[in-house]
Amino acid sequence: MVDMKTSLCGIELDNPVIPASGTFGYGYEFAEIYDINCLGTFSFKGTTKDARFGNATPRIAECPSGMLNSVGLQNPGVEAVISEELPRLAKVFNKPVMANISGFAVDEYVYVAEKLDKEKQVGWLEINISCPNVHGGGMSFGTDPECAAQVVKAVKAVTTKPVIIKLTPNVTDIVAMAKACEDADADAISLINTLMGMRINLKTGKPILANTTGGYSGPAVFPVALRMVYQVAEAVNIPVVGMGGVSSAEDVIEMMMAGATAVEVGAANLVNPTACKDIIEDLPRVMDKYGIKNLKEIIGAAHR
Amino acid sequence: MKQGKFEIINNDCIAAGIWKMVLAGDTSAITAAGQFINIQLDGHFLRRPISVHDVNDEEVTIIYKVLGHGTEEMTQLPVGTELDILTGLGNGYSLAEAGDRPLLIGGGVGIPPLYNLAKRLLAEQPNRKVQLVLGFNKADEMFCVDEFKELGCEVIIATADGSCGIKGFVTDAIKDLDYSYFYTCGPEAMLRALFKVVKTDGQMSFEERMGCGFGACMGCSCQTITGYKRICKDGPVLRKEELLW
Repeated sequence: MVDMKTSLCGIELDNPVIPASGTFGYGYEFAEIYDINCLGTFSFKGTTKDARFGNATPRIAECPSGMLNSVGLQNPGVEAVISEELPRLAKVFNKPVMANISGFAVDEYVYVAEKLDKEKQVGWLEINISCPNVHGGGMSFGTDPECAAQVVKAVKAVTTKPVIIKLTPNVTDIVAMAKACEDADADAISLINTLMGMRINLKTGKPILANTTGGYSGPAVFPVALRMVYQVAEAVNIPVVGMGGVSSAEDVIEMMMAGATAVEVGAANLVNPTACKDIIEDLPRVMDKYGIKNLKEIIGAAHR
Repeated sequence: MKQGKFEIINNDCIAAGIWKMVLAGDTSAITAAGQFINIQLDGHFLRRPISVHDVNDEEVTIIYKVLGHGTEEMTQLPVGTELDILTGLGNGYSLAEAGDRPLLIGGGVGIPPLYNLAKRLLAEQPNRKVQLVLGFNKADEMFCVDEFKELGCEVIIATADGSCGIKGFVTDAIKDLDYSYFYTCGPEAMLRALFKVVKTDGQMSFEERMGCGFGACMGCSCQTITGYKRICKDGPVLRKEELLW
């Protein structure tokens, strides 16, 4: 028997596999085809203070080994999430869930965090300071260490739940960003959000995405994500949640060896709705293959 | 929604750039005309969403147009190939409002879902008069016309170049028709033109670039009078009355 348990900021997870925000809705589309209680947890759709429609369509462009999206944080706003989505979520998922929060100003992050802090099923707040698809907020907090620290401090002041800061890879120095968040008292770091990219339609000569640019995700970004997880894990003393192109049990183990305490799976859910379940079911086989008895023991193995 | 393996039974060119594929597998998740399936292809990250032309207990038939590298590769797939497919996606057309003289308007590769719709409308009420207006660019791109006639539908053809039927667009062809309700599927320009001239309420099926095809990614959302709708999950069929046009 292998031990797949891991622990994230004091909350035990049955396994390290976590569907990433924006690829799993509020869980119930996936609950139609499998029992999502097999997951470690999941990070629900990025939530903002007010309802947002997001960007114009097309919002999706295919790429070799991945995809671009420019959804732009479509969500019904925190009040509707609490009154409508969370009760539905509770019917299909009985573990603590990760609440993903976005904003355009510090006080918006605070507003949403304060509301979601009161929700029993919310185990962690994952603060997205890294969305590449919205203007004048989101990622700008994630590209300046001082701004990032401001958000962390303000959110920490209004919640007792663990605060995980989700970082963008679209920076020169990812380690400086992570350290600024750790110094501001973040409980954990998650990375990477998508890499900014674009595609042009050869027939029209115009960008495919209505927003011109979008975030690149999928297996193609895995080595970039792994490198950043490795660098951040080496530099900070708080847990790191690794993500970016993860699509197999092998990828999960590699992320953990780079220093991830838990692993988020994003784009893979969109092409194979059972991706996370498949990974969890395959983990014991892959652990056996590499002589791993306890997943916790391999966290950061590449640093030793 | 169901995920399953399907085997290609037939894959043939039926008109210029138009192919018909018959797939055998578990079709039980397909419950309405106008739903679509999402096909995984080797070497492509995203699936290909394609509307259901017809379905029975063992087989689903699709008609697809060669538009990009994915559909190009689909034409090369031999009979017997196994494909991973998500089925039963989208809401599909509602038959409840059809009345006794429904008009079905299809443009190009938007025509296929109307076939199963016509079948269901006639199965529900055999005496109903189902009229079809089919728009094509030119005669050599025409397909499915005889199939609709065999169902007992009245079929009017419009071609943009006048090589068959009425010269012009579907909007020209429907002018003098009498109908109780309408259903349509086709390019957005056609839907917008129809929106202005149809005489009754009706249902329109939309296309959009999709990520997942089952409501998770918010890649294909649009705004309507009744709120934000995901074309893949809350659509692809929207009611004319809820469009913000």
